[in-house]
Amino acid sequence: MTSFSAPGRRTVLKGAAGLALSTAFAPALRAQSEPIRIGLILPMTGPFTSTGRQISAAVNLYVQQNGATVAGRPVQVILRDDTGVADVTRRIAQELIVNERVTALAGFGLTPLALATAPLATQARMPMVVMAAATSVIVDRSPFVVRTSQVIAQIASPFATWMAQQGTKRVISIVSDYGPGHDVETSFTAAFREAGGTIDNIRVPLQNPDFSPFLQRVADAKPEALLVFVPSGVGAQFMKQFVERGMDKSGIRLIGTGDVVDDDILNGMGDAALGVVTAHHYSAAHPSPANRAFVEAFRKANNNMRPNFMAIGGYDGMHALYEGLKKTNGQGGEALVNAMKGMAWESPRGPMSIDPQTRDVVQNVYIRRVERVDGELYNVEFHTIPNVRDPSKR
Amino acid sequence: MTLLTILIDGIAYGMVLFVLASGLSVTLGLMNFVNLAHGAFAMVGGYVTVLLMQRLGVPFLATLPAAFLVAALAGLVLERTLYRPMYAKSHLDQVMFSIGLVFMAVAAMKYAVGSQQQIISLPSFLLGRFDVFGVSVGRYRLFVIVLCGLLALALFWGFVRTRFGSRLRAAVDDARVARGLGIPVTALFAVTFAVGSGLAGLGGALGVELLGLDPTFPLKFMIYFLIVVTVGGTTTITGPFFAAMLLGVADVGGKYFIPQAGAFIIYGVMVALLILRPEGLFARSRS
Repeated sequence: MTSFSAPGRRTVLKGAAGLALSTAFAPALRAQSEPIRIGLILPMTGPFTSTGRQISAAVNLYVQQNGATVAGRPVQVILRDDTGVADVTRRIAQELIVNERVTALAGFGLTPLALATAPLATQARMPMVVMAAATSVIVDRSPFVVRTSQVIAQIASPFATWMAQQGTKRVISIVSDYGPGHDVETSFTAAFREAGGTIDNIRVPLQNPDFSPFLQRVADAKPEALLVFVPSGVGAQFMKQFVERGMDKSGIRLIGTGDVVDDDILNGMGDAALGVVTAHHYSAAHPSPANRAFVEAFRKANNNMRPNFMAIGGYDGMHALYEGLKKTNGQGGEALVNAMKGMAWESPRGPMSIDPQTRDVVQNVYIRRVERVDGELYNVEFHTIPNVRDPSKR
Repeated sequence: MTLLTILIDGIAYGMVLFVLASGLSVTLGLMNFVNLAHGAFAMVGGYVTVLLMQRLGVPFLATLPAAFLVAALAGLVLERTLYRPMYAKSHLDQVMFSIGLVFMAVAAMKYAVGSQQQIISLPSFLLGRFDVFGVSVGRYRLFVIVLCGLLALALFWGFVRTRFGSRLRAAVDDARVARGLGIPVTALFAVTFAVGSGLAGLGGALGVELLGLDPTFPLKFMIYFLIVVTVGGTTTITGPFFAAMLLGVADVGGKYFIPQAGAFIIYGVMVALLILRPEGLFARSRS
């Protein structure tokens, strides 16, 4: 085919036939030999190590429980560390797609990491399962994104409505001045005002060593509840200072999204966390047989580490991939994304599904209170808001 | 009354800053050595307290001397082995060397104990608040103020009244002449460095509850140490002390009254003070 003259009709037909034959046989041949590779990109080092540790542990557990074969082919999870830096995530994703010829990408600990990779997923027609990142916009950035974690507005908005229904009129919010903090503030504030409440917003610097001036402001204003969102880990310090000022006894209720009382660190927070009311999609104390089995297996496999909401995002992400691959008989690409759309199952977190239109997670939001159970601190669920979608996509 | 509460919160915060940074101001003034790794010693002290409490169940108060001693020992050993060859080098070399040390300390701590925030449980007699003439004061903050205040007094006294102090001041003013007069300047440096590191360690231990502790501590607080030292000047103890108080109160007060500008106030105060007193708060003219 090196001649510059137009090829005859016959050669074109032959070529076409040959191409058709080779594409028909190639997957069948590959199906027996080649493993299905899943590229798992997580922050395994750096400030977000906890996210990576929890998700990778959950992914390993899922593979261990459900066998390393799907649709007759071995499954191979390739774990890569992006240290929580967006351009590293993107580079690793490219390597996984081109060199490792993965069938799907998964992981993505933070929103910027997912956003950096989304265009690649579109270009390579590569299913991308988001197991942690939680801003609304991610699923819009590529038709190949499927999310199994949470959307911040999905938690904060119904929580605000519920708080208002409980008769709470005046709330002050304190959030750290960064993306997720703004998201919690905006969605809670909008829903709370809509329900007739008044709310004041305070933003604190992300690197803030001492919360006392902000807490003093709140103590002076005497709201009925204080909504807090600070990065994981700092939450404990915040609560200690809240209790140290005696604010827990002054009738101000401390509320927040479940990120602040993360199961991974809740026990270390000590009694300061007792009584904090939060909304979230997962608690290790969720009273269902599926969850009890999950928590027990997870602890056994990981040196008694308690699974948190990151772990459940990874576990369910693997579930979506496994079930999807079963449906497509090991095929990736658009077929796999379509197979995951509309999928519904009973997760350890409770019933959940993937919205067929938005490919985003639909799940129950639970209102919980920190209580001491068997000598350990847990988020005990006491109210359920069923089947919540991302409210910004209604 | 709220004003007084804010003031006391600010003073407690400033006290911790002072104990953390006082060692740095002495090493900087005394040895003319830019030691950016000072925060690493503070972190060591913090982790000594955390690990002793978490792993061995040692009571909080008993861990404080340990935090001082371990950090001081680390300072002594490093001064003897790593720092000494750097004294004669240029400031740029010293900065590169000590910032490298910071990154190594951060990575080593992450490897050894993990990158999560460390949380300690204070004994119950330090928890909660009580009223002093109608002003509500946190017990731990008051404890910090009293302890650091006593420490500051001891430092003033040691610096001004003792033979060690006068030798130290002599060595700071002119190391060559001091050496000629038979003052053992090298040994003086070693001891001062160790004490400075120990104070940082103690500050780190006291700060766990107020400032938090994770392996990035030396990087996060480096800027605060440097502010205290630049504003306070490096030739006295009084300068950094008042600088730390001023910054602590300005930071807490500013965040209370103008929360929108929260993060900027401490830097604003620094810029203003440096314009007014470029040599430091109480600096004698060095011409």
